[in-house]
Amino acid sequence: MKLDSKIPDGPLADKWTKHKFNLKLVNPANKRKYNIIVVGTGLAGASAAASLAELGYNVQSFCFQDSPRRAHSIAAQGGINAAKNYPNDGDSVYRLFYDTIKGGDYRSREANVHRLAEVSVNIIDQCVAQGVPFAREYGGLLDNRSFGGAQVSRTFYARGQTGQQLLLGAYSALSRQIHKGTVKMHTREEMLDLVMIDGQAKGIVTRNLETGTIDTHSAHAVLLCTGGYGNVFFLSTNAQGSNVTAAWRAHKHGALFANPCFTQIHPTCIPVSGDHQSKLTLMSESLRNDGRVWVPKQKADKRKASQIPENERDYFLERKYPSFGNLVPRDVASRNAKEQCDAGFGVGTSGLAVFLDFADAIKRLGEDTVRARYGNLFDMYAQITGENPYAEPMRIYPAVHYTMGGLWVDYNLSTTIPGLYALGEANFSDHGANRLGASALMQGLADGYYVIPSTVSDYLATIGPKPIDKNHPAFAEAKAKVEAQTKKLLSIKGTKTVAEYHRELGLIMWEYCGMARNDAGLRKAQVLIQELRVDFWKNVNVTGTNEELNQQLERAGRVADFLELGELMVVDALARAESCGGHFREESQTEEGEALRKDDEYCYVSAWQYTGENQPEVLHKEELNFENVKLTQRSYK
Amino acid sequence: MSGHMNLTLKVWRQKDAKSTGKLENYEAKDISPDMSFLEMIDVVNESLIKKGVEPIAFDHDCREGICGACSMYINGEAHGPKRAITTCQLHMRSFHDGETITIEPWRANAFPVIKDLVVDRSAFDRIIQAGGYVSVNTGVTIDANSIPIEKEIADDAMDAAACIGCGACVAACKNASATLFLSAKVSQLALLPQGQAERQIRVEAMIDQMEEEGFGNCTNTEACSAVCPKEIGQHHIARMNREFFGAKLSSPKK
Repeated sequence: MKLDSKIPDGPLADKWTKHKFNLKLVNPANKRKYNIIVVGTGLAGASAAASLAELGYNVQSFCFQDSPRRAHSIAAQGGINAAKNYPNDGDSVYRLFYDTIKGGDYRSREANVHRLAEVSVNIIDQCVAQGVPFAREYGGLLDNRSFGGAQVSRTFYARGQTGQQLLLGAYSALSRQIHKGTVKMHTREEMLDLVMIDGQAKGIVTRNLETGTIDTHSAHAVLLCTGGYGNVFFLSTNAQGSNVTAAWRAHKHGALFANPCFTQIHPTCIPVSGDHQSKLTLMSESLRNDGRVWVPKQKADKRKASQIPENERDYFLERKYPSFGNLVPRDVASRNAKEQCDAGFGVGTSGLAVFLDFADAIKRLGEDTVRARYGNLFDMYAQITGENPYAEPMRIYPAVHYTMGGLWVDYNLSTTIPGLYALGEANFSDHGANRLGASALMQGLADGYYVIPSTVSDYLATIGPKPIDKNHPAFAEAKAKVEAQTKKLLSIKGTKTVAEYHRELGLIMWEYCGMARNDAGLRKAQVLIQELRVDFWKNVNVTGTNEELNQQLERAGRVADFLELGELMVVDALARAESCGGHFREESQTEEGEALRKDDEYCYVSAWQYTGENQPEVLHKEELNFENVKLTQRSYK
Repeated sequence: MSGHMNLTLKVWRQKDAKSTGKLENYEAKDISPDMSFLEMIDVVNESLIKKGVEPIAFDHDCREGICGACSMYINGEAHGPKRAITTCQLHMRSFHDGETITIEPWRANAFPVIKDLVVDRSAFDRIIQAGGYVSVNTGVTIDANSIPIEKEIADDAMDAAACIGCGACVAACKNASATLFLSAKVSQLALLPQGQAERQIRVEAMIDQMEEEGFGNCTNTEACSAVCPKEIGQHHIARMNREFFGAKLSSPKK
């Protein structure tokens, strides 16, 4: 298979403009003859569904939640980047492009990232026009804050709830179209398979989560806006329902899956408190502006932080990275915290935590200023841990937060299946091996509001508006396949719960494919996952029936897919014997123990092809060509 | 481990919308005070599955207080005994060993029970669909900074916009009124310059929809704001009323 990224020719800054002109359009009178399915209602899905409906297409939108407003984009805290240069601090489209390429450790496409930076400015205008209440200065103009990986202030925010406000903006645009009848909304309806006719995506199979009804829906194009797969680790900052099922089942029909091992582990999360833990809560990256990270110099030191004198503390980030200190990028901060804990210096009952200390900031700025800056985060910490972070330092530990990998897409966001598109976190395209803070919201909205409305018309104009034959056997076959899997899951009636399998898988992934990976560990993980998967299909206990709201059954299907994806992540991590961004191979490090990229061997996108049940996947490589940016080893010393 | 608790739960079980439900008793054993309330239910559910009993169905997703999915009526209070948090942010250290905890779904005609603690809140979506937006299409609009907004007004609009659509306000209201929910959106958009063009038709359409959905009227008991996890205040209801009267007096739809 030849991977064609369809990157347009010409100078970087002209590519998108020129490409838009070259794409075919659909005549306004013909648009209503096309049906488009959008799966997922997060930033990418809601913005895409609304924008396509505004253009005149018939849109069907699906979400597994009870309302489109609950998609997990809602939980993003910090902000959204845009190259507005309102603060006059030297920002530009090119600088945002450059920072994102470098932050991604040179494993993303220049053309995609430049387009993202270009449309970032339109996103802010669009959101403000919708009534999104961004933070403002006293003069009435928009405020900006700084974020990791950049030396300019380009992050727009709405308190600590930027994702919520942007999603509610997209949700309101979607609601308007639902009211007009141009979008048919299906809530509590989960996509369980793709319908393929002659190698093209022509519809989906869904299960109504209230009634269990399994149904098919036809469309000229299917857009997967289904988010990331961080829940393969069981514990992550993702919502409980976040899953890979739609993307994975498309993968099994031939959509290549790119860079599955690229996972972002966020350094500042509240540590695990016990075996009952169901999720991990992120504390915004902004805390590292004023908090100092440290561990005791003495191993397994059980004293309270306040009883450990200054000279017995190791501020390890400041010691190792004097120029960036506590503000090193996410991947570096996470790895160092793990290193300290692995060496026995961790704090708290589990020993899997480091201190994030605000004592100096409180002394310097006063408690009121610290409260004004971070009050809501401190409250959240106190609520979860029962401790007062103004008096004692916070305890933090890294947690899985975002997945840079996803379905392989070309410049048009088309997967390798014609008619099937992937947007937002569900695709792989813009963040390389590490995503910068405040860039996920930008990408979701860029894909949905600005990219897909232009690119999907080219495909639709090519295939024509001929109605899709719902009597084609492909629909009945796809439906029967889903029914058979559902029946199978309910019939095993084994002894282990779905949650037990999920937790076991998560432990394997975290241990061997988490913050640090090595050849032997990955090989071991592959065997363990295979064994766990075999056991799952023999011994899982899914209670209840299909014809009702059955949360065990929903989760069983998702965990079954995670059990397959997990193996591919391990295989991908094994094949990439270099360190880059969030992917740290212990065999590939510098003398000082930093990540060592190997551009001569691995400057490509790994795109995996499914070849059948329990068959090894086939690797295809998309070479990355850097024409504008010079590749360098990142240094934060 | 020390400090672990044993609790008795009285949980509303209802097979589906058509069946009659009832409270069932369950034991929650060896519960750590560090668990969240929903993690405690997870533990109970795992033990129910092992005993061959169907686990308790409940809505939940983000488990960090922002998606608005979780919705439990705990010991007679929406989202439980603590203020300004959702059920998923409630931790077991707020309870004591030996306590009996009663857990019910939201109760309102407009929120029919789907199963156990899961209710249908799609009426909220339809209220927003009726007019809770600014009618702008995606495209190249004017530069964001060409619409200056006074900071205090932007902050007030943000207070209203913080609504997570959980429905606790309806559950706590003796009339099952959705006024606080509705007023949050009306107030946000009435405050902002972007919302001015559709001010009058918006409030009328949304209130019409609320009535059609079967929510009750507001009698200003303020129970809604008391349980609101985002502390949305009563002045938004006052602003909505003003908007509504203004619309009734002058809107073309009169």
